[in-house]
Amino acid sequence: MFDWRWDFVIEIMPRLLWATLNTLMAAGIGYGIALVLGLVFALAQRTPYKPVTMVVREFVEFIRSTPLVLQIFFVFFVGPQFGIRLSPWTSGMIAIGLHYASYLSEVYRGGLDAVPKGQWEACKALNLSAQRTYFRIIIPQALPASLPGMGNYFIGIFKDTPMLSVIGVAELMQTANALGSETYRFLEPYTLVGVIFLTISLPTAAGLRAFEAWVRRSLGMTR
Amino acid sequence: MGYIEFLAEHGARLANGAVVTAEQTVLAALLAVAIAVVMGLMRLSGNFAVRGLSTVYIEIFRGTSLLVQLYWIFFVLPLFGLSLEKFTAGFVAVGMNLGAYGAEVVRGAIQSVPRGQYEAALALNMSPMTRMRRIIFPQAILIMLPPWGNLFIELLKGTALVALISVTDLMFAAKQINGSTFLSIESFGTALIIYYVIARILISPSMRSLERFMIRKMGRA
Repeated sequence: MFDWRWDFVIEIMPRLLWATLNTLMAAGIGYGIALVLGLVFALAQRTPYKPVTMVVREFVEFIRSTPLVLQIFFVFFVGPQFGIRLSPWTSGMIAIGLHYASYLSEVYRGGLDAVPKGQWEACKALNLSAQRTYFRIIIPQALPASLPGMGNYFIGIFKDTPMLSVIGVAELMQTANALGSETYRFLEPYTLVGVIFLTISLPTAAGLRAFEAWVRRSLGMTR
Repeated sequence: MGYIEFLAEHGARLANGAVVTAEQTVLAALLAVAIAVVMGLMRLSGNFAVRGLSTVYIEIFRGTSLLVQLYWIFFVLPLFGLSLEKFTAGFVAVGMNLGAYGAEVVRGAIQSVPRGQYEAALALNMSPMTRMRRIIFPQAILIMLPPWGNLFIELLKGTALVALISVTDLMFAAKQINGSTFLSIESFGTALIIYYVIARILISPSMRSLERFMIRKMGRA
C-alpha cells in the first residue's frame, strides 16, 4: 500500500504491544469498578425511600447522557481546584468506572425487572431474608438476562479507553500519538491501533456469546 | 468570581461551542441514518458479496474505537490523497461510526417485522422493492425508533471527541476556558449541563413525539 513500511511496523510493534497491556489493564480495572458500583446504583433505586431512588435515577441519567471525555476532564481537573491531585490513572479509572457503572445499573435493573413477580412473592411467603432472596433466588435468575448487556459494555469500556489519552494515560492511543509525533509517520501507528482493537474485540465478542450460551445451559435455561 | 460573572464572561463562547456541537450532531445523524439504512439493507441481501461488504463495514466500525477512527480519518486519509477539513472529518467519523451501530438496529427491526407480512405482500404479487418500501420498512421504522433515540444520544456524546482534532465545539470551548481561567468546575460543569440539556430536553422528547406520530400514522394508536 501507499508507503507502508514493514520495517517501521516491526520497530514500533513492541511499544504498541506494551501499551496494549495498559489498555487491557485500564479496561479491566474500569470494568471491575463499574460492575460493583453499577450494582450499588441498581439496588439504590430499589429501596423504599423515594428521594434516594429519584436522586440516583437522575444521576445515572446525567452520566449516561453526557460525554465520557468531558467527564474524564472534569474528574482530572476539578480535584486540583480543591487541592486534591489525582493521577491520570486514578481520575481516568474513576471517570470510566462511574460512566459504565451507570450503564451497567440499567442492565442490572432490566435483569431484575425481568424476574417474574411470583418469585418475589414466593420468597416473602417462605420468609427468606432480603440477602437470601437476592443472592439465592433473584440474582441467579436475573443474571442470564443481564449477561448480554454486561458483555457488550465490557467491549464498550475496552473501546472507550483511548479517551484516557486526553489526560495522558499511556495506553494505546497515547502511544500511537507519541510515535506519530516522534517519527512524523501516522499511517502505521494509527492503522496498527485499529488492527489491535479489532483483533481483541472481535474474538472477545464471540467468546462472550459462547459464555452466555454456556451460562444459560448450566442454569438449565433453554433458548 | 461568582458563577454569574463566569457566565457573563464566558457564556457566549460556550454558546457558540454548543451551536457547533448541534451542527455536528445534526450532520452526523443524517449521515448515520443514511449509512444505517443502506448497510442494514445490504446486510439482508441474498448476494454474498453485498452482504459481506456490509458485514466488514459494520465489524470494522463497531470493533474499533470512535477516537481511533476519527484520528485515522483526519491524519491518515490525507496520506491517501483524501484530505478532509477538520469540521467535515469530525461529523463524517461520528456519522460513520454510529451508522454501523444503526445498521444493526435497522437489520434487527426489519427482521422482526412479522413473517406473515412478507407472505401477504408476496401473495399480492408485489415486487420486492414495493414490498420493502410500502409494507416492511414502514413497520420496521416503528420498531427501530426507540433504539435510534439511544443512538442519537450516543452520537451527541461522540461529537465531543471532535474537539480533539480542534473543531471548536462545546467540549473545545470548555477546555479552552479551563485552560485560561483554571475554573474547572464552572467550565466543564457548565458544558456537562449543556450536553445533558441537549440530550434530555431536545433529543429524547423529540424522539418520543416522533414515535407517537408514527404510531398514529400507522393507525396503531
